[in-house]
Amino acid sequence: MVRESQAKNTDSYVQMYRQMVRIRSFEDNANQLYLSGKMPGLTHMYSGQEAVAVGICEALEKTDHITSTHRGHGHCVAKGAAFKEMFCELLGKAEGYCRGKGGSMHIADQENGNLGANAIVGGSAGIATGAALSAKRLGTDAVTVCFFGDGALGQGLLYETMNMAALWKLPVIYACENNLYGEYTHVSEMAAGDLMARARAFGIEAVEVDGQDVLAVNRLAQDLVARARRGKGPFFMLLNTYRFFGHHVGDINRGYYRTKEEEAGWKSERDPIANFGAWLVEQKLVTTDELDDMTDGIKAEAEAAVTYALDAPYPPADEVGAHVYAA
Amino acid sequence: MREITLSQAVNEAIAEEMRRDPGVIVLGEDVAEAGTPFKILSGLVEEFGVDRIVDTPISEPGFTGIAVGAAMTGLRPIVDIMFGDFLFLVMDQLCNQAAKTHYMSGGKLNVPMVLRTNMGATRRSAAQHSQSLHALVAHIPGLKVALPSSAYEAKGLLKSAIRDNNPVVIIEDKLMYQDKAPVPEEPYLIPLGEAHVLREGRDITLVATSSMVQVANEAADRLSGDGISAEVIDPRSLVPLDEDTILRSVKKTSRAIVIDEGHQSYGVTAEIAARIAEKAFYHLDAPVQRMGAMDVPVPFSPALEDLTVPTAEKVVERARKAVRGALFHAA
Repeated sequence: MVRESQAKNTDSYVQMYRQMVRIRSFEDNANQLYLSGKMPGLTHMYSGQEAVAVGICEALEKTDHITSTHRGHGHCVAKGAAFKEMFCELLGKAEGYCRGKGGSMHIADQENGNLGANAIVGGSAGIATGAALSAKRLGTDAVTVCFFGDGALGQGLLYETMNMAALWKLPVIYACENNLYGEYTHVSEMAAGDLMARARAFGIEAVEVDGQDVLAVNRLAQDLVARARRGKGPFFMLLNTYRFFGHHVGDINRGYYRTKEEEAGWKSERDPIANFGAWLVEQKLVTTDELDDMTDGIKAEAEAAVTYALDAPYPPADEVGAHVYAA
Repeated sequence: MREITLSQAVNEAIAEEMRRDPGVIVLGEDVAEAGTPFKILSGLVEEFGVDRIVDTPISEPGFTGIAVGAAMTGLRPIVDIMFGDFLFLVMDQLCNQAAKTHYMSGGKLNVPMVLRTNMGATRRSAAQHSQSLHALVAHIPGLKVALPSSAYEAKGLLKSAIRDNNPVVIIEDKLMYQDKAPVPEEPYLIPLGEAHVLREGRDITLVATSSMVQVANEAADRLSGDGISAEVIDPRSLVPLDEDTILRSVKKTSRAIVIDEGHQSYGVTAEIAARIAEKAFYHLDAPVQRMGAMDVPVPFSPALEDLTVPTAEKVVERARKAVRGALFHAA
């Protein structure tokens, strides 16, 4: 029995590691697509924050919902999306999750419960809270997680919807990823007072967690999701994390808002994947070779998906007028 | 046929659809026990309970956003925005979220919600409770927009809107809530995108929306005294717009005036007049005339406010000029 639960734990640990590597690998390829001029537009990389999306989404069922942000690839992968359809979407191809009509900032994958990334900062707070209202009204036990960054703490919509979620006891978890910067400005210059107190003022239980520690995030998420399912929500999570790259892929010279030393410190000391991998090996749950093999396999899968997406067809011109209205 | 008020017609439409579909809910400020300040929704909470007739805090963007998410996940929310002027507060949720979700998701996600609100000046409510802002939302692809002109239209259009799989904005004229019209007892729908020809005529077409339909009708009555036969058309929905019915009429009469209570500049009158000019130009005997509200914030003083909206008298004046071939501009 003990052995069985240990094996189960190992499986779930390896799954979390795998999902984090998948996100990192996806983003590395997205960055390359931008740098090589093959991707239309810009994209915002999630690298560095993988433990947040994975720790939370591994606590969710497929039927649970998430809403995501402009920095949304991580949430999308963590909720179960496939590389091929994601890269096709990034490149505006017909086989993309949104038939190329959404792009990087609007990937939605409702079959896996992802109600969509959102290019309006804080813009999905209403959608997430509404999905929770549906779950309560329809009597499903689905929980919704609303991902947003510290920048969204400046948006009134968030406070309006947290207020209603608390009044109506909705099964929604507000997951605030504090990566320290809203675009090019430090959170301390933009958010007065106590971040947690914002949620607590509505009587919402708020918990702070190290967003670089996937196990800590997952343990907390398991607890909050289970309680939200039992009607004890809403909750607020403050996840302290860091984006390894700039605001978007074109944000190369960052010296005016953060130092190279700060970035190097997070990358060398606080990388969620490296640290978790080292812990798995140290605990003798996996070997370094096994992790390396897994990473190589994921990289190959990502590269194959990129190749596929580059060759995939664009939507035909007559699709420009389709999907404005539903039938 | 029995006559009921526009307010009762809205109430009946919502009640019928709520009985038919348990996914229909109402969200808004003071919609439950208070039944809204106009008492339109009175009685609904007693039948459907507070879980379905939901009083919200004064947070228009918040509850509109919640409706968007609820609509994406299985409910059919009706959002009640107490005054049309508050549309400005919900623009992100309505125009960036609700309107674009189906398209941005490549057709995978639907937002079947209704946003009900109102329009109309001359209620002495001043500049922030009197605007007619339907042109703003009609401009945004992905939204449907309907403007009922009587209790009959209010009921039939609202029921269609609730069953529609898209976000639909319905804007009622707040001065018409107590106006009665014949409304059948049996359920009926009025499809979005079908104009109504209220009266047929030979000499001039009056295209009018919402309460301006009454204005146009009154003008047509007076014009008939002069021997001028006016055709009156109510598009009923701006999006989709029944362009065919309007063009067919103008090709017959050769003259048109478009009357709408939104500000005239860049508004609904401009859009409809432009379509007539583009698609029926060679049939015209006079320039298409636009009659919108004055391009001023709605003033409070009755002496000023009444000057800002089109009246039957002004429509008659303009129509006579068009029919007798007077010059509207220098040659």
